Amino acid sequence: MSNYDAIIIGAGHNGLTNAAYLAKAGLNVVVLEKNDYIGGAAVTREIHEGWKYSSCSYVCSMMRQAIHRDLDLARHGLILVPYLGTVNFGDRDERLFSYHDEEAAHLELKRHSRHDADAMHRFQTDLTRYSQLIRKTLMRTPPDPSSFKPRDIMELLFLARQFWKLGEKEIYEYVRFFTMSAAEYLEDYFENDLIKAAMASPGIIGTALGVYSPGSSYILLHHVMGDVDGSIGAWGLARGGMGAISKAIAGSVAESGGEIRTNAGVEKVLVENRKAVGVVLENGDELRANIVVSNLDAKRTFTKVMDKHDLPDGIYEKASNFKIRGSSGKVNIALSGMPKFTGVPENRYLARGGQGFTGSLETMERAYDCWKHGRWSDDPFVESVIPSAWDPTVAPPGQHWMSNFVQYCPPQLADGPWTPQKRDAFGESVISKIERYSPGFRDLIVHMEVRTPHEIENEVGLTEGNIFQGELTIDQLFFNRPFPGYGQYRMPVRNMYMCGSSTHPGGGVSSVCGANAAREILLDLRRTNTVPEDDFYDE
Amino acid sequence: MNISDPYAGERLKLSPFYPRAEVLNIREAWAAWNGYKFAEYYYDAEYEYFCVRNACATYDICPMQKYEISGADAEAMLNRMVTRDVAKIGLNRVAYCVWCTDEGRMIDDGTIFRLASDKFMLTCGSPCTAWLAKSAFGFDDVTVTDVTDDIAALSFQGPTTCAVLKKLGLEGIETAKPFDIRHFPFHGGTLMVSRTGFTGDLGYELWIEPGLALELWDDLYRAGDDYGIQPFGEAATNMARLEAAFIMPAMEFNEALRTVNFEHDQTPFELSLGWLIDFKKPHFSGRRALLEEKRRGPKYTLTKLDIEGNKPAEGSYIYKDKRCTKEIGYVTSAMWSPAVKANIALAMIETPHIKGSLWAEIYYEKELRQYSRVVRCTRKTKPFWTPDRARATPPPDY
Repeated sequence: MSNYDAIIIGAGHNGLTNAAYLAKAGLNVVVLEKNDYIGGAAVTREIHEGWKYSSCSYVCSMMRQAIHRDLDLARHGLILVPYLGTVNFGDRDERLFSYHDEEAAHLELKRHSRHDADAMHRFQTDLTRYSQLIRKTLMRTPPDPSSFKPRDIMELLFLARQFWKLGEKEIYEYVRFFTMSAAEYLEDYFENDLIKAAMASPGIIGTALGVYSPGSSYILLHHVMGDVDGSIGAWGLARGGMGAISKAIAGSVAESGGEIRTNAGVEKVLVENRKAVGVVLENGDELRANIVVSNLDAKRTFTKVMDKHDLPDGIYEKASNFKIRGSSGKVNIALSGMPKFTGVPENRYLARGGQGFTGSLETMERAYDCWKHGRWSDDPFVESVIPSAWDPTVAPPGQHWMSNFVQYCPPQLADGPWTPQKRDAFGESVISKIERYSPGFRDLIVHMEVRTPHEIENEVGLTEGNIFQGELTIDQLFFNRPFPGYGQYRMPVRNMYMCGSSTHPGGGVSSVCGANAAREILLDLRRTNTVPEDDFYDE
Repeated sequence: MNISDPYAGERLKLSPFYPRAEVLNIREAWAAWNGYKFAEYYYDAEYEYFCVRNACATYDICPMQKYEISGADAEAMLNRMVTRDVAKIGLNRVAYCVWCTDEGRMIDDGTIFRLASDKFMLTCGSPCTAWLAKSAFGFDDVTVTDVTDDIAALSFQGPTTCAVLKKLGLEGIETAKPFDIRHFPFHGGTLMVSRTGFTGDLGYELWIEPGLALELWDDLYRAGDDYGIQPFGEAATNMARLEAAFIMPAMEFNEALRTVNFEHDQTPFELSLGWLIDFKKPHFSGRRALLEEKRRGPKYTLTKLDIEGNKPAEGSYIYKDKRCTKEIGYVTSAMWSPAVKANIALAMIETPHIKGSLWAEIYYEKELRQYSRVVRCTRKTKPFWTPDRARATPPPDY
């Protein structure tokens, strides 16, 4: 038995961020990780010798500059490199190139539709306006709308002020936007189907919704509101893979004297007199602490590592019903050379971007239909990146690794449980999709890691393999995340907090949930706040 | 004179690497340097900057001025000119140097390569023939030759550069320490490689006769293809050098020989380059004035700043207080550093105030409207970007 000021369950990037800030404030913290490696879903793993896969998350845009800067993650070895253009592959053999340069991008859109090339300006402007508002809420604790505490009232006023600044028309638009589907929202701007499909694809990523499902437009926004060095909507790669992010944050934890234990899965959170007092590890060891912070998703926290009887009425049910449906798989492929794609020039810069095997809105919707019926998509949507085209550290020189994010893939199959054979068949569906656009692709494959929601849940611990620790629909966002009444990182049991993506502002490698939770914890402990405010001050 | 092109006399000179650079300058972003057509950037400045920090990239330094200084008095003459002790530069070693007027005001900075006991190469940003001639006055056995157009050079910078040079077949290059010079046979000629650069990162400069320039480019790009090789221009150079806190003419210092207004030029002490002055060596230009300045302290001190927020403090004044009542300096270079994730700047600050509180008044534009902020600055004592690989021998492969 040992005593800590705080125990953090789960060494994912948010748990580590939380620990870093608590340790910085002088708390004696320990982060407990069930796996023999840290990082959770922000991880780099050398599963095949010479290749370092970002096994789960693969690109980064949400990471807050303020945190990156404040924890001095650059000194701890983190460097984020933005990537360039992307190619979207259409069903009817069309190719849509998104060039990095504005003029080139415009000319390319014009090649597809003069109308859409113009409309893109209005679309980007509107989306930027929406993102600016959301971005202001990221590093703030959501107000409790039912509270009369001065702090909550002030925070509500802050939000009201931000809203009014948009102007009357935009307020209506904003409310409408939140409830629409991505496809319908895009109808208002674009006529070309491939352009619509390409722009809609961020609206389904990580979500058990289709492009025509209400609510998918917010998810679209969630994916474009990040930035790389102030360039909103840009995405980057972490040099050394996504694990470099976790490693750098862990470096900061260690520097402040925090402890990280691997192979230390938590069996149970100990609750005495309605207060969290520690944890029991899977090996039977008991650790005591003044507070316990769970970086696990809400469902796992309250239905797996907490005793139902330790919870106030209704919480177990809320957690059981928490919407955390898995929808995506991940196929990591080691390649002996750079794949070539038909109809794509050997433009060295395009090759340093991504590939969207998008098809069309209809194909994406049909892919979703398969998921509804408990099957992986016959013709999946695949979003790919070849990080090794950028990052000299993740594959041997001249060889590559390709990250393929796949939708849809259900956590439970209609025809019985996942088996290795089914997993491989799912992987095969992805290879054949890519090979349609890249003849000979299969011959380049050196090694493959296929991850269905089943693997993601069992290895990483994300319930149903949901990459966001709970879906990003409006009923589960902001002060409703994870549950109404518990939107401020404090959980129904005293001295117990949550710091993962199940809390505001939700999924993505942002470090924000962990940092915001640390700010609330330090407030309760009457300690000096170590968590920075966001360093945007005017965009 | 080519009269078929009536504008021939006004056109810029082309570097020996131009035929290759032209193809890759997709944005047609050309500027000029010392009469040469010179890339501002090729594709995207920030991308090129990241190639320097993440992979490898080449910067065409043909327009940089190069002088061969030879003869029995070459060492003595250079020692009379620059503030550092040239006698201490070993054979096949490079040293960063500055030179000043008699008043101790800085004329330029550059590098001196000792190629033999009586033969040196001096490189610098601006033409220096006239000053070299003045400095050679009274020395009998010294010959100064402008070799700018006789040597083609690429600055090759970034974490994968050593791996690429090894792949190119430069045997033993990994044993070269920072500021070492090595020679390699190359297509019947000689390739000189110095472990030098202007990016604060691992990097080399490659020196070759112009006739073999394209062979060098092609071989290097072939070897570098799997290591992310990319040309970079002035814009990316300026970002990288600011992170390394290296000074630039017309930014941090105004060349003394081109300064009209009294003391609008700088001294090495003001530029925090006091470590380059060796008062123990024989007499050199500016010695007396610099000794005096050392005694009383420089008026200004070039200071590294980490600034709140994310708006670059370009052209900002520095104040002693948030209310901006006491102006104490000005920013010389500023940017958001993508690698360090900090809002960095170099600023000239009145020396007595450098340890006090520092505030920058930052102006920025948002959709045609001007805004301003006053934000706190923190003084940094070390360069913003100092990766271990820049000093490691042998350097890592990436």
